Amino acid sequence: MASTDVIGAGQAQKKQGNNMSSKKKSRGPWLERYSALILAIVLLGAWQILVPLSGLSEFVLPTPLAIASRIVNELPLLATHGYVTLFEVVVGFAMGVLVGIPLALSIFYSRAFERAIYPILVALQTVPKVALAPLLVLYLGYGWAPKITLAFLISFFPIVISTVVGLQSLDKNLVNLVRSMGAGEWQTFFKVRLPAALPNIFGGFKVAVSLAVIGAVIGEYVAAERGLGYLQLQANSQFDTTLNFATVVAISGLGVMLYFIIDTIEARVTYKRDSAK
Amino acid sequence: MSATTQTGAAVDISRLSKIYKTREDDDVLALDKIDLKIEPGSFVAVVGPSGCGKSTLLSLLAGLTPASTGSIAIDGDGVSRPHPKTGVVFQSDLLLYWRTVLDNILLPIEIKKLDVAKYKTRAEELLAQVGLEGFGNKYPSELSGGMRQRVAICRALIQEPGLLLMDEPFGALDALTREQMIMDLQSMWLRLGNTVLFITHGIDEAVFLADRVLVMSPRPGRVDLDLKIDLPRPRQWSKTHEDKDYHGYVRQIRAIFEAKGILVAH
Repeated sequence: MASTDVIGAGQAQKKQGNNMSSKKKSRGPWLERYSALILAIVLLGAWQILVPLSGLSEFVLPTPLAIASRIVNELPLLATHGYVTLFEVVVGFAMGVLVGIPLALSIFYSRAFERAIYPILVALQTVPKVALAPLLVLYLGYGWAPKITLAFLISFFPIVISTVVGLQSLDKNLVNLVRSMGAGEWQTFFKVRLPAALPNIFGGFKVAVSLAVIGAVIGEYVAAERGLGYLQLQANSQFDTTLNFATVVAISGLGVMLYFIIDTIEARVTYKRDSAK
Repeated sequence: MSATTQTGAAVDISRLSKIYKTREDDDVLALDKIDLKIEPGSFVAVVGPSGCGKSTLLSLLAGLTPASTGSIAIDGDGVSRPHPKTGVVFQSDLLLYWRTVLDNILLPIEIKKLDVAKYKTRAEELLAQVGLEGFGNKYPSELSGGMRQRVAICRALIQEPGLLLMDEPFGALDALTREQMIMDLQSMWLRLGNTVLFITHGIDEAVFLADRVLVMSPRPGRVDLDLKIDLPRPRQWSKTHEDKDYHGYVRQIRAIFEAKGILVAH
């Protein structure tokens, strides 16, 4: 077939082009691949060297190596509190999904509901969630509840919005296509609408889970007896800056881990439009 | 008709009108009392400018839009929703990018809850017939525009539809690919013998492909000319395009558009 040949030639040309450029400057791709790692090492190295030179005490700014060794030494402590925070984040995020997705579907399928709920959602979103933390403690006590609620409140909005946008941005012709094959709305949803919206939905999940970590930690700042936020406050009150930093690393490690879990699930259930296998 | 087997569906349209309601009370009459009988196994092209109602006609035939008045029957069954004997090819390929080529072709089978495994061989045969043998496990993003539209045609043909509706299927393709697709469509149709309704704004491809060309004009959407194309088959690209009769048909259609002011004589 003529068109097949044309494409074949184009691909061959592209491949050749890549080979040539990689031969010409072989350092290019290598530097590109490890650029983030290299920069991180350079920055941490500079930090490590400059702290002793500047004469700052360890109480003010510990060195990266000191923080790293503290993390290793305090691993059981960090894990104990980390599990608490992880639990709050996961439950809050799961609630965000369980409430956010049905809400998004209702908004998508009902014009009236969309009109009724959107102003409320937006108004709710403009309230800084941090400002609600003391109130939540007042109502829900010192236990799990206020942290989970905060993680939920902060994470469900991006889930709702990204799901609605994902569903609404579908090419209408695709709906006509499956309808012409005899599909009802149920099949249209599962064969076309949902798979097409999945990249958006997962984008929302990633934003939401990072925010849920912030929500849980802020909840712990306000009133808690456990959790990484609590541990950090303890370290702070004891002028243990190294442990303070170690906790920050643990909190962000938690967020990164959850992000990559979602990223991995996404890669399993979706096919990216641009990535040719 | 060169069709060897009697697999084409008959289409009977009578007094068919479609009115689109707009917000301000000036309703648009997209189709005005169309009467049309299509012989089983014939290739009918509908040609006209944008807004002449040709896409509306297709949408009604596909059962996607309800008629305002009048009726459509495919092999005697009234059409009010998508008819199982109908396959549709749209202007863009509308392949689902998260499905492989094979899974895209089998989508109608899945939707109709038929045995997918049984149709797999047929899907592979269809792919081979359009020159895409072995492409079943590729994703649409790995294919060129022409290849993707071929897959879309395979998808429409998987269930051996008696009526194939095509809505400007080659409009988005480059000239060379389009030429190849026109030739391939002809040979496929000669082999399958199904009824084809081919919507286009290209006068040349309408005359080249069809047994019969319907010329439509807008406001209200009406058939101005029902032209029988009497050119020998299989039509060959150069030979048919050099045919005296071919040019006669093209001129006749152009004359309508010139008279209506859709084309300015030049």
